[in-house]
Amino acid sequence: MGILVVAEHDNATLKGATLNTIAAAKAIGGDIDVLVAGQGCQAAADAAAKAEGVSKVILIDDAAYAQQLGEQMGDLVAELGKGYSHILAAATTTGKDFLPRTAALLDVNMISEIVKVESADTFARPIYAGNAIATVQSSDAIKVITVRATGFDPVAAEGGSASIENGSAVADKGISSFVGEELAKSDRPELTAADIIISGGRGMQNGDNFEMLYKLADKIGAGVGASRAAVDAGFVPNDMQVGQTGKIVAPNLYVAVGISGAIQHLAGMKDSKVIVAINKDEEAPIFQVADYGLVADLFEAIPELDSKL
Amino acid sequence: MKVLVAVKRVIDYNVKVRVKADNSDVDLTNVKMAMNPFCEIAVEEAVRLKEKGVATEIVVVSIGPKVAQEQIRTALALGADRGILIETDEKLESLSVAKALKAVVEKEQPQLVILGKQSIDNDNNQTGQMLGALTGMPQGTFASEVAVDGDKVNVTREIDGGLRTVGLTLPAIVTTDLRLNEPRYASLPNIMKAKRKPLEVVSPADLGVEIKSTQTLVKVEPPAQRSAGIKVGSVDELVEKLKTEAKVL
Repeated sequence: MGILVVAEHDNATLKGATLNTIAAAKAIGGDIDVLVAGQGCQAAADAAAKAEGVSKVILIDDAAYAQQLGEQMGDLVAELGKGYSHILAAATTTGKDFLPRTAALLDVNMISEIVKVESADTFARPIYAGNAIATVQSSDAIKVITVRATGFDPVAAEGGSASIENGSAVADKGISSFVGEELAKSDRPELTAADIIISGGRGMQNGDNFEMLYKLADKIGAGVGASRAAVDAGFVPNDMQVGQTGKIVAPNLYVAVGISGAIQHLAGMKDSKVIVAINKDEEAPIFQVADYGLVADLFEAIPELDSKL
Repeated sequence: MKVLVAVKRVIDYNVKVRVKADNSDVDLTNVKMAMNPFCEIAVEEAVRLKEKGVATEIVVVSIGPKVAQEQIRTALALGADRGILIETDEKLESLSVAKALKAVVEKEQPQLVILGKQSIDNDNNQTGQMLGALTGMPQGTFASEVAVDGDKVNVTREIDGGLRTVGLTLPAIVTTDLRLNEPRYASLPNIMKAKRKPLEVVSPADLGVEIKSTQTLVKVEPPAQRSAGIKVGSVDELVEKLKTEAKVL
């Protein structure tokens, strides 16, 4: 048997979430194969072969997987996954898109966003926006699972020497196509990989005021996030949203600026090691989870913080 | 074209969830139930397609206990034309729900199926994609924009890195994200009118579907609580604490 991990990558690079997913596979136990399906994705496959604990990398370099559309990926992983006891993917918007298709094609249920492996068939996962943790045992022949990266420390990116094998594509049904993409271009660290995150909320008042946070973030090498309220108000784009329906993050330091602390936001950041809240409303719920709270007007506190770091 | 919308009855999103003392599950006794918020967005999108003249009929379907008729009536009050309840008291997992919906799709032959991307109880985010695989339909998940054009639909999706647009051949599946639209409230006359709209009740067996469970809930626990830390009096004190006490700067 063995475990198939579907790599998260953008053809050029292997994404960090893959290393957390491999860590979950190690906790289950067994040989770990990593599938890298894309177009011009040799570099991502090379990186996967170096990751700790990988036995074999299956490389499928084919135009059909250039954008990893859910229909094609779902079919491919169902075909390749038949010989495995577990199929794992990161709980990213890519993994969440295709893996349920794979599960249905294999006629099994799926276990979403696990944060802990209890045994080879039993896993813990948050439910009700993280207000409860369910432990679920699966009797399915193949366990199909997405892994929440913050639940598992990544395996080492270097040191492994897995073989790379070429695999073949499955037929494309031609029912979906890639039209276009608007990706955020930023030199700042990605939220899911950043050591420090500064997030702004409704208290920022407008998009221009986020410049203060960008400036501070660049000084200390931080990523910049936002609450749902700030995204809904159009201050910043959706890819910056931290929370239950946005990104789930767990940096060493999370600085919440002008964020009240709705439960859906807390669900996305409460596993951060140190939380700082800056808010002028001392009753804001964010202070109940913050290690350090500063009751202050952010328009005075942020420039001052910037000048003192 | 005909649009099928699937809706789920869940705990109201304003209710604070509590775990039962014996850790067997979340306590749902006497709590307020409502339509899953992502499903409300799905209904709203269908109604807007009808208002634009793209959709001709909206069928709303739910699977669950008899009381789930309430959520179907809510969707009818918002503008859906008729409802179907697949009535069962069995424990439902996503694959069984997708199989039951597949049977409805085969019977109703909709051009578009709209579902919420996830329900706020189990947070699975699976059913729409599973239905896509079972029916062979393409999918636009986590949609923030839906544009039907002839026999195709372009769906703009919220992805981790930004936005991505995919082109799908109809019939197709759409699962809704938060920013697709802002659902309206039902007016009193429409709530009254909804009571007279047709609502068919069928059993899984009527559809030739067997409800099977492959997952056992071993236990449910409250999450580890974070306790409030300290309030600092100034930016200087904050910087000092972060450097010397927390050692994160």
